[in-house]
Amino acid sequence: MLSLQDVQRIARLARLELSGAEAEAMREQMNAILAMVDQMSAVDTQGVEPMSHPQDVTQRLRDDVVTEPDRRDDFLALAPQAEDGLYLVPKVID
Amino acid sequence: MRADWEVVIGLETHAQLTTASKIFSGASTAFGAPPNTQASAVDIALPGTLPVLNKGAVERAIRFGLAVGGTIAQRCVFARKNYFYPDLPKGYQISQYEQPVVAGGTLSFLLDGAVKTVRLTRAHLEEDAGKLLHEAVPGSSGVDLNRAGTPLLEIVTEPDMRSAAEAVAYAKALHALVRWIGICDGNMQEGSFRCDANVSVRKPGGALGTRCEIKNLNSFRFLEKAIEYEIRRQVEVIEDGGKIVQETRLYDPDRDETRSMRSKEDAHDYRYFPDPDLLPLAIDRAWIDRVGGAMTALPDALRGRYISQLGLSLYDAMLLTESREKAAFFDEVMKADVQAKIAANWVNGEVSALLNDAGLEFDRSPVSGGQLSRILQLIADGTLSGKGAKEVLREVARGDSATGDVDEIVASKNLKQISDGGAIEAAVDQVMAANPKLVEDYRSGKEKAFNALVGQVMKATQGKANPAQVNAALKKKLG
Amino acid sequence: MHRETLKALSAQLAARKLSSVEVTTHFLDRIERAQSVLNAFITVDREKSLAQAKAADARLAKGDAAPLTGIPVAHKDLFCAKGWRTTAGSKILSNFIAPYDAHVIEQFDRAGAVLLGKANMDEFAMGSSCENSAYGCVRNPWDTNAVPGGSSGGSAAAVAARLAPAATATDTGGSIRQPASFTGVSGLRPTYGRVSRYGMVAFASSLDQGGCIAKTAEDLAMVLDVMASYDERDSTCLDHPKDDYVGSLGRGVKGLRIGLPKEYFTKDVARDVIDPILAAVEQYKKLGATVVDVSLPNQKLSVPVYYVIAPAEASSNLSRFDGVRYGHRAEKYSDLMDLYQKSRAEGFGAEAKRRIMIGTYVLSHGYYDAYYLQAQKIRRLIARDFIEAFKQCDVIMGPAAPTVAYDLGAKVTDPVQMYLDDLYTIPINLAGLPGMSIPCGFGNKGRPVGLQIVGNYFDEARMLAVAHAFQQATDWHEKEPPSPLGEGRGEGR
Repeated sequence: MLSLQDVQRIARLARLELSGAEAEAMREQMNAILAMVDQMSAVDTQGVEPMSHPQDVTQRLRDDVVTEPDRRDDFLALAPQAEDGLYLVPKVID
Repeated sequence: MRADWEVVIGLETHAQLTTASKIFSGASTAFGAPPNTQASAVDIALPGTLPVLNKGAVERAIRFGLAVGGTIAQRCVFARKNYFYPDLPKGYQISQYEQPVVAGGTLSFLLDGAVKTVRLTRAHLEEDAGKLLHEAVPGSSGVDLNRAGTPLLEIVTEPDMRSAAEAVAYAKALHALVRWIGICDGNMQEGSFRCDANVSVRKPGGALGTRCEIKNLNSFRFLEKAIEYEIRRQVEVIEDGGKIVQETRLYDPDRDETRSMRSKEDAHDYRYFPDPDLLPLAIDRAWIDRVGGAMTALPDALRGRYISQLGLSLYDAMLLTESREKAAFFDEVMKADVQAKIAANWVNGEVSALLNDAGLEFDRSPVSGGQLSRILQLIADGTLSGKGAKEVLREVARGDSATGDVDEIVASKNLKQISDGGAIEAAVDQVMAANPKLVEDYRSGKEKAFNALVGQVMKATQGKANPAQVNAALKKKLG
Repeated sequence: MHRETLKALSAQLAARKLSSVEVTTHFLDRIERAQSVLNAFITVDREKSLAQAKAADARLAKGDAAPLTGIPVAHKDLFCAKGWRTTAGSKILSNFIAPYDAHVIEQFDRAGAVLLGKANMDEFAMGSSCENSAYGCVRNPWDTNAVPGGSSGGSAAAVAARLAPAATATDTGGSIRQPASFTGVSGLRPTYGRVSRYGMVAFASSLDQGGCIAKTAEDLAMVLDVMASYDERDSTCLDHPKDDYVGSLGRGVKGLRIGLPKEYFTKDVARDVIDPILAAVEQYKKLGATVVDVSLPNQKLSVPVYYVIAPAEASSNLSRFDGVRYGHRAEKYSDLMDLYQKSRAEGFGAEAKRRIMIGTYVLSHGYYDAYYLQAQKIRRLIARDFIEAFKQCDVIMGPAAPTVAYDLGAKVTDPVQMYLDDLYTIPINLAGLPGMSIPCGFGNKGRPVGLQIVGNYFDEARMLAVAHAFQQATDWHEKEPPSPLGEGRGEGR
C-alpha cells in the first residue's frame, strides 16, 4: 500500500504538483489500481520472453543523410518564452 | 599518507560520432550553427514525432567493437532513461541499458615504459542532450537544442586504473583509437570527447571503496587534476574518520577542486525501460564483416607486423601506433630501403620532438616520410653524420627549399659529411701540428687528450668530418 | 445528403452531381448546429476546410480524382495537422498549432480529402467515455444522457449523428471499437504497424494504432485504403503489402470459421448485449459460416497487464509536455522545478495524472520486475492464446463492451470499474491484432450494441468482407439516432 509520502515522492519524480487533498485522493485510487494489478503476481511466467512489441521484427535503419531543413522560427513561435533563438527557462544552477 | 591507499579508477567516455545527421533524426550534427537551427521536429520532441535509427551511428559502434576486440551484440535494445531537464526535450534520453551494442574488449597503452591493458565493460549508443546557456539572456537560462540527438558512443571501463596518470594515458589511447578508426573527431574543445571518472580509494587488497563520479571532464589536464584532487579529498575524509558518500561531483578548474552536484540528486530514479518506439536492433555477421573489411589496419595489427616482420620491440611498436597518422608516417618511411630500428628511433625521437615543438600532428608534418627515409639513407651510406642529419631535418622542416629535395638541401647547405681520406688526414695533420701539448699528453698515457683532439678536428671541419674516419686517422698518426 | 454513405458521396462527386464545397458546407452546417448538444468537435475551421474543398473540386474537374477526393473527413484531435490546433483533448496543448502533418493527414491530403474538423476525445486518448476531455464531454447521439464511449467518442458521435461521412480514430485499448459499439457505427482498428503513428500524439506507443470509423464496412475499406501506407518515419510501421480492401469486400463468408471464445460469453456480459451478438452469429451461420469454440485462457489478465504497460509508456511519452518548448506553461513559478510541477499539474486532467503516477511508480527502482517485466511476460501469454485460437478459426467474434453505453457520470468516480470494462477490447491491443465493431442491434434503453470481429495479423481485408457480408444481409448499420439538430427524429430504428 502506498503511503502519502510515497505518492508525493512519485509525484515529484513525475513533476506533478499535488495538493494535500489531491494526494490523498490519488493515494486511494492508486492503491485500488495496484490491488487490481496485483493479480499478475500469481502468474507463473518462468521462461517466458517479455513482449515489448506486438510483432517480432527488428529495427529498420535510416541512411546517414541530412534531410531536415532549419525550421527554428516556426518552432520557436510555439514556445511559451523564447529570445535570441533560445528557449528560455528560469535560471538553472548546476 | 598516500602510500597505504590504493586508488581505483574507472572511466566512462562519451565519444561523439562523426555522422552527418543525428542518431534518430535527419538534422545536421555540424558544430557551431546558430542556436536551434539544427533542432528538427524530432529533436525538439514535438508531439507525435518518432525516432528512426541512423545506420551510420551503428556502423561506427561496430568499428569500435572490432577495434577493441569486443563482442558485437547480434541483437541489442534501446531504452529510455527518464528524467526532466530543459536540455532533454523528450523528458527521456534514448540510450542502451541492459543490452548494449558492444560488450567487453580491451585497450592497451604505454605507461612509464610498460604496456598496460584496461578492460572495457561495454560501449553503447545513445543520444546527446542539448545545451543550456546561462549568460545569453539575463535572469534566464537559454536552451539550445542543436546538439540534442547527436550520436554518442559511451565507452565504459572496468575499474582497472590505479592512478590519475594511468587514467590519462588510457584516455589518450582511447582518444587516438576513436580518431584512428574515424568514428569521432576527438575535438575536446567542442565537447566531442568527454570523460566521467569514477574514483574510489581502499586499503590494498581490501574491498572496493565507495566511489564518486566526476562528470564532464573535457581535457586530459582536467581529467588528471580532478582525479588527483578527488583522491586527496577522499583520503582526507576517511583519515579524518568520515565516510565517502556516493555522489556525482563536478570539477571546477578555476578552483582546482571537485564539488557535489546536489541539484541533480533526486533525479536518480531513471525508470529505464525498452523504448517502444524502436525495435530491437539486429546486427548480422555479414554486416560486421563488411564494416570490418572496409576498415583501415588497426593498431593491434600494425604492432604485430612491426614486431614480427620488422623486428621492432613492443615498446617501439606501441609508440609508433600512438596515432594512426604516426603509424602512417612510419609506413611511408619504410617504403624506402631503410633500417626499421633506425627509422623507428627517428620517428619516435627527432620527428616527434620537432612536431611537438611546432604543435603539429603527424598528418601535418612539414617533413614527409619520403624525405625522412632519404635522410636515413644518407646516414647509412656515410653522406650524412648523425649531427648533420638532424640539421638536414630542420632545414627540410623549415621548408625554405623550393623542391624539398633532400640531396639538394644537403648540397646547397654544405652539410655533406667529409669522408675523403686525404682531406681528413690533412685536417688531422694540421690539428696535431697546432696542438703539440695534447699530442704529448696522449702519448704519455692521458687517454682524454684523444677526445680533445677529435673535437679539434671536427671543429676544423665544421663538424662535417666522418667521425669514424677521424678516429682511425688520429689513431694511426699518433702511433 | 448526410445519410449517404461515403461510397455514394464519392460516386456523386465523381459524376459532378455534387461539389465538394456543397458537401463540405452541408456537413459543416450540421456540425455547427449539433455542437451545443453533442460537443463532438474541439476545433472547426470553415475557411480552411472550404479552401481544401475548392482545391478538391478543381481536381475533380480536371479528372484526376481519387475515391476520397472532395470527401470531408473528421480527424480525431490526436493527429497533428499543419496549421490546425491539435490538442489531444488536453489543456496542456490548448494553444498548440501543429507545425507539421501526421503521416495519416498527409495520406488524406494526397487523396484529396477535406479536413472537416478535429474531433473531441478523452485527454491523450485515456478513457472509455469521453468524459476526460478538457473541452467538455461528448454526448451519445442515441441518448444525450449517455456517454458515446471513448476515447474516440467525438469521432464515433460525429459519424453516428451524420456530422461526418467518416472519421479517423485511434485505438490503444479499445478506443475505436468501444465507442463504435456505443454509438452504432462501424469502426476498424488495423493491425499494429499497419497505419503510421508519425504525427499521432502518443499515448502508449506499443499499443496505439490509428484506424477509422464510418457507417459501413465498405466505407471503412475505402478509408483504410488511404490510411494504410508504409512510412519510414515510424520504426514500428511495417512494410507489409496492402491488400485490395475494397476489391475483396464481396468474398462472402461461405466456409468462414468463426471462433467464439468462451471467455467472451460469460455472465459478466449483460444479457442485452449477448443476445444481439448471438443473433448476429446465427445470421453468419445462415450465410454459410461455421462456429467453433475457442479459448483465450489468459484474457482475464489483460486488464492488469494493460494498466501497467499503458501507463508506463504513457508516463514517459507525456514527459515532453513540460512547458518549455510548446504547450501550457504556468503563469507563476519560482524556479525550474516549480515551472515543471505547476505547468504539468495545471495542464493535465485527473485521468492523465493518474496514469502518469501509476506509470512512474511501476517503472521506478525496485518495482520494474514485479510490474513492468511481469506484465510484458503475461502479454506474451495473452498473444499466444490468440495464435492458438487462430489455428482453429478465421475470425473471432464477441462483444466490444460488457454493456451498452452507460449514463454520463456513472463511472467517473470509480476508475477501476471503468478499466475492467475494457476486458473485451484490450487483449487485441496487447497482441497487436486488428479488430472491428459493427452495429448488430440494440440493448437497454434502445442503446446500440456492437459486434466485435477480431482478425489475424494483417487480415483486415477478410474482416471487412466478413463485416460487409453481414451489412448486406441486415440493416443495423442504417439505423440512425434522433437528429441532434432539433429537427425531430431521424429515420429511427
